[in-house]
Amino acid sequence: MALFSIGGRALSDELWSPIWLTIQLAGITTFTLLIVGIPIAWWLAWTTSRWREVVGAIVALPLVLPPTVLGFYILVALGPQGLGGWFGHLAGVRSFAFTFEGLILGSVISSLPFMVQPVRNSFEAMGRRPLEVAATLRASPWDRFVTIALPLALPGLLTGAVLTFAHTIGEFGVILMIGGNIPGETRVLSIAVYDFVETLRWREAHILSVGMLVFSFVVILLVSLLARKSKGRAL
Amino acid sequence: MHHLKIVAVILAMVAPAMAARPANAAQANVAVAANFTDAANEIQAVFARSTGHEAVLSFGATGQFYTQISQGAPFDVFLAADDERPALAVSEGYGVDGTVFTYAIGQLVLYSADASGVVGTETLRAGAFQKLAIANPSTAPYGRAAVEAMKALGAFDSLETKIVHGQSIAQAFQFVETGNAELGFVALGQVSQMGSGSRWIVPQEYYGPIKQDAVLLKGGEDNEAAIAFLEFLKSEEATAIIRKFGYEAGL
Repeated sequence: MALFSIGGRALSDELWSPIWLTIQLAGITTFTLLIVGIPIAWWLAWTTSRWREVVGAIVALPLVLPPTVLGFYILVALGPQGLGGWFGHLAGVRSFAFTFEGLILGSVISSLPFMVQPVRNSFEAMGRRPLEVAATLRASPWDRFVTIALPLALPGLLTGAVLTFAHTIGEFGVILMIGGNIPGETRVLSIAVYDFVETLRWREAHILSVGMLVFSFVVILLVSLLARKSKGRAL
Repeated sequence: MHHLKIVAVILAMVAPAMAARPANAAQANVAVAANFTDAANEIQAVFARSTGHEAVLSFGATGQFYTQISQGAPFDVFLAADDERPALAVSEGYGVDGTVFTYAIGQLVLYSADASGVVGTETLRAGAFQKLAIANPSTAPYGRAAVEAMKALGAFDSLETKIVHGQSIAQAFQFVETGNAELGFVALGQVSQMGSGSRWIVPQEYYGPIKQDAVLLKGGEDNEAAIAFLEFLKSEEATAIIRKFGYEAGL
């Protein structure tokens, strides 16, 4: 598959496969986290429960935990003695470790705060007023959520989505521990770079690394621009 | 004033530890191929007792260590899992000429944590399992030997989709021990002292011999402990330990 060429030479399958796999992983993880993360962020923003900060702290855990700790627990959980083995038994697989599905689960867990924090912040910044005004105009709760809250929180949603996507692309430690380095299944970009470096194939390592460098710069720039925009709106 | 107090407290804590070491004792940093972990730990303890020197061990895949050494990693001694990288280290100028020797010849085993998981070649041919763990063939010699053995047995093509790679032989072994893979090709040295599980020692004719070479690195050229450690590896005491863990040694 020679869709791109660098220095006149086609980008080989060996390079292209981890790139495509990583984009798929990041895309699915971001989509999953939009569905899982928005309700959590909503609850955290409005609840008066005394468990609020406890749940908030649990959500934030992946920010400070070493990836090895996450990787260790996820590996055990995915294995035959864990939940993964239990579910796997129903689906006829022994363990979800070393599978693309396993990587999705690991990425969703380790990227959770990157989605929930910015979305929660933008819900809180919006305040209760717009929703209360809409309620007096007899908008239903679902209507208020979809037509008022989500559009107002859009910068936060975008920030969360971009950060989640980028963080998943940059994920290394967890995947090293639960992936098994299978081409086309779990051999994502960061693992491929690691492998190329360790086997002294630095040309390939450079190609992928330069790509990551440019990509990461664009992401950070994008997030800063989004943050500016949302600030402008709040004023 | 306050800072001085902190410095004094730290000195008071560190000083006894420093004084405890014999005046002539030195320290060597040793990069050890992961398969040799258990044997190396035992050798390290005996080495410390009989020479007073200290060997600080790091474990990993041979290929990874070689990359690190080529980038100036502060190792004095390299115990590789093959005979290629130590020779390469000498020819590339990272190793000291004339110090390479074979400290062990490794054996490949097919291992399962389950007591009835491995019978022999038929286990591979039947393929009644979902995952087979091996070390990364491009960085770990035992991984390469595993691929050679599967090819020699004519089982590689049917097993290829079931193979998962550990970054080193240690991770491959861990995948089997945690049950995430039913089977794995590991080093006999990792499982020889274990009472549980089941294993099949792969006959030597199915793969190229795993000659594990050691080399003194340029950083350790003048390090007394590094030189002593390599000498000690050749001793009767050390080779007995190496053999106990399932390697051939002292040939």
